[in-house]
Amino acid sequence: MNNRTPQRSLTGPEGRVPQFSEGPEGPGQREEPTRRPGELTVRELLRWSWRQLTSMRTALILLLLLALAAVPGSLIPQSGVDSLKASQWQDAHTTLTPIYRKLGLFDVYSTPWFGAIYVLLMVSLVGCIVPRLRVYWRGLRAQPPAAPQQLLRLSDSASYTTEEEPEAVLARARAILRGKRYRIRRGADGDAVSAERGYLREAGNLVFHLSILFVLVGFAMGSLLGYKGGVIVVVGPDAGFTNTPSQYDDLDPGSLFKESRMDPFTFHINDFHVDWLNTGPKAGMAKGFRSQISYCQKTDCSDEKNYDLRVNHPLKIGSTEVFLIGHGYAPVITVRDGQGNVAYSGPTVFLPQDATFFSFGVVKAQAAKPEQIGLQGVFYPTFIMDDKGNPTTLMGNDLNPLISMHVYAGDLNPGGGPQSVYALDTSAAKEVMTPGDPKKALRLDMTPGQTVQLPDGLGSVTFDKVVRWNRVQISQTPGKLIALGGVVLCLIGLLGSLFIRPRRVWVRARRGEGGTLVEVATLDRSGGGDTAAVVRALTQALQEEKK
Amino acid sequence: MTEHSWALLSNQAVGAAGVVYFLALIAHLVEWSALRSVVPAGRIGTRADAMVSTPAAAPPGPTGDPLVEEGRQARLETSGSSAANEERGELFGRLGYLLTVIAVAAHLAALVGRGMAADPHRVPWGNMYEFTLSGTFVVAAAYVVLHRRLALAWMAPLVLTFVLVCLMIAVLWLYEPVAQLTEALNSYWLVIHVVSAILATGAFTLGGMTSAVYLIKARTGERESGWLSRVPSLDVLDQVAYRIHSFGFPVWTFAVLITGPIWAHQAWSSYWNWDPKEVWAFITWVVYAGYLHARATAGWRGRNAAILALVGMATLWFNFIGINYFSSTSQHSYAAPAPMGSQSVTR
Ligand code: HEM
Repeated sequence: MNNRTPQRSLTGPEGRVPQFSEGPEGPGQREEPTRRPGELTVRELLRWSWRQLTSMRTALILLLLLALAAVPGSLIPQSGVDSLKASQWQDAHTTLTPIYRKLGLFDVYSTPWFGAIYVLLMVSLVGCIVPRLRVYWRGLRAQPPAAPQQLLRLSDSASYTTEEEPEAVLARARAILRGKRYRIRRGADGDAVSAERGYLREAGNLVFHLSILFVLVGFAMGSLLGYKGGVIVVVGPDAGFTNTPSQYDDLDPGSLFKESRMDPFTFHINDFHVDWLNTGPKAGMAKGFRSQISYCQKTDCSDEKNYDLRVNHPLKIGSTEVFLIGHGYAPVITVRDGQGNVAYSGPTVFLPQDATFFSFGVVKAQAAKPEQIGLQGVFYPTFIMDDKGNPTTLMGNDLNPLISMHVYAGDLNPGGGPQSVYALDTSAAKEVMTPGDPKKALRLDMTPGQTVQLPDGLGSVTFDKVVRWNRVQISQTPGKLIALGGVVLCLIGLLGSLFIRPRRVWVRARRGEGGTLVEVATLDRSGGGDTAAVVRALTQALQEEKK
Repeated sequence: MTEHSWALLSNQAVGAAGVVYFLALIAHLVEWSALRSVVPAGRIGTRADAMVSTPAAAPPGPTGDPLVEEGRQARLETSGSSAANEERGELFGRLGYLLTVIAVAAHLAALVGRGMAADPHRVPWGNMYEFTLSGTFVVAAAYVVLHRRLALAWMAPLVLTFVLVCLMIAVLWLYEPVAQLTEALNSYWLVIHVVSAILATGAFTLGGMTSAVYLIKARTGERESGWLSRVPSLDVLDQVAYRIHSFGFPVWTFAVLITGPIWAHQAWSSYWNWDPKEVWAFITWVVYAGYLHARATAGWRGRNAAILALVGMATLWFNFIGINYFSSTSQHSYAAPAPMGSQSVTR
């Protein structure tokens, strides 16, 4: 509609369809006169820059820039999203890493340049909305504009002649338009009726843009004040979790996070059940998971509560939410040293390497004497030998568990610093070899209940049984309801803005030579309506009512 | 019926739909070749004046929609010498549309069969194969439904070719036997989320086709004959594209900015995690916001807006194809082994 008749009188400058917001100081959508900046005073320059920043074109370009700037973060692993992937990538690309790190490409969404774009966009948004709000407020109470002189020049117009008196036609036009919830111009309108409807479109548009700010506030609250942390908790009454920072395996707090805002609670996992698929193309996969957990609010545990923690069914404690996001096996291993003392005993978390729960883990018996004993190896939940004679696991369920470990003796922490519990530092230790075959590393293949004596009087290893662990994610996301409310408002505003058709209608009736000449014209200001149909329907209605 | 026979039914229905789509395409090709020499009159944007200034002479059509009027007008005012061709074209056009409707019905049966074949019954979009089936179904169904309202007859060969190619890719390369959903996917938020995402994807695809034709037509100019002469004027194309996009945009907003985060929050504890899939959904959203702005910005209207619409569609499809296949960091791709015991899954 809008670009078919750029010459028509009622479109704005450059032939754009006028907004309701349009006024003398419309939202800077007009072409600025080209002047060289050197000719401007500082004040003018500021004003000019502001106009530029809040112009529709700038908003458009900033939007496209934002889209472009978001791209690298999806192609390069982000430390904030998947720190393991990110560090693996960094290890693999040693030349690119320093450059990328300088550019912030491992944390794109919190870099200054990404921030600059959306802050500019937001400034532009506010600068755009505030004047439009003012204009809209004035426009809300304004009268529909009087009919233009040449109604039939509008692209959507029609006329007919009738015997009726002009006043009768106009009165009927008023009644019809009022019935269609048009606002009718009061006071002097000459020989015409001027009407307008669809004021809510601009309101919808303003609500939409304003709510973007709400969403941003909510989102910022979540990422600044909230936190997200993960912890692996072994199933059973002996293990458990208390909500303090030191208990987390990894904790990712927002920059304004305060420990004092953490909800005090404790929980332990009584039982964990996995529903395995035994038939069908996905046999061997898990279908469902259920963790029975007991938790206490506050620190006193007088009234323990139970909850069935499942995927998609987080537990809410105060303002904190607890999610079940992973699970795996923890073989219970006991290491006795050469003197017969228990140097290590307990469930050892093995990390799954793939969906079959083939898992990797280490044991560090640092109390062992005379030498520290380290074990490193893999766990097969359902051990079988495949056709080629390779050890493998049939499925994720622990139907035939087996651990297969290599043994190291010596100093397991030569640096003396903090170490990962999932990796064994063997730089100062020597691998234990098979007795009678010094070339062949000793491998302990053990099933539950089995004990193996280590050579050279090092001690023994017992594989007692298998228990499970759960990986639990715990998070506090303040502002999430603000963000949600903002997006919902956004959507409502958007619907209004896209589907409410603002239009003006004029009917003029004049006595002419052959009777009364009636002219009907309409102008759709959204550029999306089927104005021809409006004119047609109105003309018909005017003619029909006479009969 | 057993699960097995539902699965079989689904496969056969996909085949049947493919064949009928193909026949429909042939019918439309015959239609266009019959009409090739026929010069459509009244196709240029004078309709508003022609139709409306004299309401008594030209009674409103059945729908009263100017876009439809244009289509009718184009058919009515053809030169008499090619009347036979015109008639033949008309006949095959109608046949093609009828065949398309039948194919869409078979397509729907295929989707229902997929859902019924799983135990427990579920929504038919557990993997790329099913997502492609659903997405193409939406494209085809939207075309069938909007055919009259937006006078989309000119779009038939495009839609049919697109749907056929996608179905072939799905059957040849993406096929997977029916399987259960993992628990993470077993959420009604997911159902709402994916329904809206598929709806929006279908709409954006149709809108993108319209914008592409707009660009082609803007380049080649008005033609006297051939397929492009049957395509509505640039203004009408722009209008149709806008209407389709303005349906797609709120639906996409609902899918990626409301239901997606709600569900992600339930399943993964954070409603927005800058996961590649989320990032690209956001990029798509921003680009389409840019498109809507472009239509209201002097100098960007028309051609540039149409280009933006195509960029939007490219990001949309990249998200579906590229991220699922190539990204290993996306939680959506499940390319990396996830301890929860996952499977290849599309969202
Ligand atoms: C955060 C960035 C922004 C986003 C995501 C955004 C999004 C949108 C969307 C989706 C529309 C189309 C829906 C409608 O017609 O109401 C729209 C329209 C509009 N936006 Fe924005 N916008 C943004 C910033 C701005 C800014 C900074 C301005 C000021 C220059 C602006 C001015 C407008 C205007 C005037 C319209 C109405 C266009 C029309 O009449 O069709 N927007 N915006």
